[in-house]
Amino acid sequence: MELTSLDLKIWRGDAKGGDLVSYRVPVREGMVVLDAVLWVQANMASDLAVRWNCKAAKCGSCSAEIDGFPRLMCKTPIDEYGGRLSVGPMKAFPVIKDLVTDVSWNYQVNKEIPPFTPSDKDLSSSEPWRMQQKDVERVMEFRKCIECFLCQDVCHVLRAHDLKGAFQGPRAMVRIASLEMHPKDVLDRRPLLKGKAGIGYCNVSKCCTEVCPEHIHITDNAIIPLKERMDDVYFDPVRSLVNRLGGRSRKRPAD
Amino acid sequence: MALSQPVDSEVSSPRRPRVRNPYSRLPNWLYPAFVVVALSLFGIFAIWVVFFQHEGYYAPYLSPFYSPLIKVGPIPPGVWVAWAPLVFRLTCYYYRKAYFRSFFGHPRSCAVPERAGRRYRGETVFPWVFNNFHRFAFYATVVQVVFLWFDAIIAFDFGGRFGIGLGSVLMLANVVLLSGYTFGCHAFRHLAGGDLDCFSCSLAARARHKLWRGVTVLNIRHDRWAWASLLTVAGTDIYIRLLLAGVLHDPRWVL
Ligand code: SF4
Ligand code: SF4
Ligand code: FES
Repeated sequence: MELTSLDLKIWRGDAKGGDLVSYRVPVREGMVVLDAVLWVQANMASDLAVRWNCKAAKCGSCSAEIDGFPRLMCKTPIDEYGGRLSVGPMKAFPVIKDLVTDVSWNYQVNKEIPPFTPSDKDLSSSEPWRMQQKDVERVMEFRKCIECFLCQDVCHVLRAHDLKGAFQGPRAMVRIASLEMHPKDVLDRRPLLKGKAGIGYCNVSKCCTEVCPEHIHITDNAIIPLKERMDDVYFDPVRSLVNRLGGRSRKRPAD
Repeated sequence: MALSQPVDSEVSSPRRPRVRNPYSRLPNWLYPAFVVVALSLFGIFAIWVVFFQHEGYYAPYLSPFYSPLIKVGPIPPGVWVAWAPLVFRLTCYYYRKAYFRSFFGHPRSCAVPERAGRRYRGETVFPWVFNNFHRFAFYATVVQVVFLWFDAIIAFDFGGRFGIGLGSVLMLANVVLLSGYTFGCHAFRHLAGGDLDCFSCSLAARARHKLWRGVTVLNIRHDRWAWASLLTVAGTDIYIRLLLAGVLHDPRWVL
């Protein structure tokens, strides 16, 4: 049967508290959750706060929890939910108003990661850098990140245990991986991983990978390889000795 | 400043409706329940075999629990070898997800509330910090896999004549699946080439890149290899035990 109307519950409130409020929304073909929320804003609740931008799953602004599960509102067709669904703000971050949360912690974390650092030789060279396809392929996956922070939201370390400050979260691991595995980067971020980034807090339970709208294999391709790299230095006496004797410390320690 | 809302309880509140994972039609409890049942059954069976059984050889088949066969006094032969695959699986990145989710509820299922218990420290403290030594368990298991290949070949030798029995086929299937599981290991993926930043920079790096790609193929379905090989290990052992007990007759075709 064709749907004609949607029973949409939206969480309304602010830092002090709030509740789910029901709205009845006429259904149009191909409607996504963001369309329904914007319809409510245009026709029923002009003070409804919602953050969005591209409506094409590329800006990462419209992250929310649909039936309690982190998703992009603009990428979620309502017909997956059979006429009834609820939308709430991301749970891992402080609510500002309605569906809008304060995600600034993620940007603070980002600043703690030392940026891309090429060698002095590469930096001073006037030649264009040449990199082989196979060398950039791996980091290209990480560059797809749209910073929606859904992975940060679902990660139980941040979501359930509120260990911000101990663990920087899966998004930060993706960024560190994109730098650490870059063929032209010379910084060693393994001490950061073991220390401030807190990679040991991740128990590879893989929820970040389940929610990533860009289908980045966050656990298999970023976090686990980074754990292995950290293990090279801190948990593998044989390897760290061989590396030190063989002078394989091509990388500079980050600060 | 509190960076997020307080951890909520297991009950669904207005703010937290029942969590529905849109990427899976199975109920949230099914995966953890399956893991608990399957691993517990296997665990009990393995303890019985390793500590209480002394026979696992029915010519020319040797149970995978007993390979290589070491007989010293009254000590059950499984004790000498079973620790390697046990530690390998306990520290395996896939099983970590499986047992953290199901036995410890960290998290039981993505985005669902977690039991507020003792402070969560992930893999930064005893005993889970030992998961960082996974590669050493991998080395030990590789040695065992070599023995199992040897056993599987011997299983086609019926008193100097080539033949195929149901047992030979089982032993071969078992070692193929175990190899797929063992060589799809994340630690091996790192060792094979994952630790390189530049895949094209030397002849050795180019060769390791090929190996890394091969390991990646096995690694993608690491969970399936893990379960399938667990099943064949138990199955092969049970089959040999039933032959020993005279319950079954091994169908054979000998040249
Ligand atoms: S795999 Fe690690 S980073 Fe990803 S959600 Fe689980 S604990 Fe968080
Ligand atoms: S890694 Fe994926 S889920 Fe995490 S912020 Fe980037 S795009 Fe979003
Ligand atoms: S509006 Fe840009 S990702 Fe949804």
